[in-house]
Amino acid sequence: MALRIWASSTANALRLSSATGPHFSPLSRSFSSVLDGLKYANSHEWVKHEGHVATIGITHHAQDHLGEVVFVELPEAGGSVTKDTSFGAVESVKATSDINSPISGEIVEVNSKLSSTPGLINSSPYEHGWMIKVKPSNPKELEHLMGAKQYTKFCEEEDAAH
Amino acid sequence: MATRQVARAGPPLMNIVKMKGVPILQQLEVEECLLRTSSENWCIINDGTDKPNIVMGISGKPAELVEIRPVLEDKIPVIRRFTGGGTVIVDHGTIFVSFICNKDDVADVQPYPRPIMSWSSLLYSQVFQGIADFRLRENDYVFGHRKFGGNAQSITKNRWIHHTSFLWDYEARNMSYLKLPKRAPEYRLARDHLDFICPMKDYLSRSDFITRTIDAAESHFSVESTEFEAVKPPSNMKFTPTSRLLTNQELEAAGNTSI
Repeated sequence: MALRIWASSTANALRLSSATGPHFSPLSRSFSSVLDGLKYANSHEWVKHEGHVATIGITHHAQDHLGEVVFVELPEAGGSVTKDTSFGAVESVKATSDINSPISGEIVEVNSKLSSTPGLINSSPYEHGWMIKVKPSNPKELEHLMGAKQYTKFCEEEDAAH
Repeated sequence: MATRQVARAGPPLMNIVKMKGVPILQQLEVEECLLRTSSENWCIINDGTDKPNIVMGISGKPAELVEIRPVLEDKIPVIRRFTGGGTVIVDHGTIFVSFICNKDDVADVQPYPRPIMSWSSLLYSQVFQGIADFRLRENDYVFGHRKFGGNAQSITKNRWIHHTSFLWDYEARNMSYLKLPKRAPEYRLARDHLDFICPMKDYLSRSDFITRTIDAAESHFSVESTEFEAVKPPSNMKFTPTSRLLTNQELEAAGNTSI
């Protein structure tokens, strides 16, 4: 637990300031466990909002606590998601764990690579391990999510409480 | 976002449901319904199921895990359950124990697979204290180096289930329906089923195990008994369980791909 907190703090210190656009520098992708420019749910999913589409996945913190992901169950494009409701599940360490959507909307794309390579969620949670892309039905929901600093603090407090 | 501490008078309540010989598919349906629609804590104990069934985890592929031809010939049901984990064959010699909990009622346990598994191993350490060399080994319950209980879990936003099928006894011939899995714990060392598992009956009686399990639960919760009839989902409930019986067509298709 101490090592994880150190890694998170050090990563934050090393992280470059957020760009105005969605592009992230290689340094921040490699070292940071929490990325600027994303929004975060208290159930450890992230959202990247670009124009009319929001990409959703689970955070580094979540994949680290879940362990090696061996199976991912995702919905089909064309369906819908509702804020704070499960849209799929991952399997790791003999457990299925719900993935909850931070926002509501229509699913416009699903990451098909995860069916053959579920480990992308562990190795690249913010990039190649993205899960679904959603057209938000209520963009105001994004305002209620946490920013990077608030989410970092949330994770540290959650780990410290156990 | 600080964690709220909720004041409570005494330990959280856990409802104990004891049943005997309930079909495993029905048990799984009840468990998933309680996980997703109840806000209470439950300990479900099913002392044996009615007939042999193969039960795979959510991602189980029958072609890889099951000897399809004998299973079809002998009409052994194959179920895919809603939790993760591996494949077991269960029958009247299996004792099932399931804990369904609000994460806030087990507040010192983070709702992730490994902390929940550790919590369960502490509970069962109490059950087997003074009886056997029990430990959790690569997520299996073992006596020494032999597995006697298989675990699986499902975790939602605010609740989780940890359920176990304990091999109180088993029929050796039934193990021949199962293939050696591709993903196996290191301590298995490629042993076949009969060299890898052991029956719990060598250590304690069924009634002693169930009594000791309830006693261990009482050290964490305030327990109350509930009848099985009271937890069966009403017919008008709008909940569709995801555990299901695989069809013969699905098994035959799996048999063709494994040739």
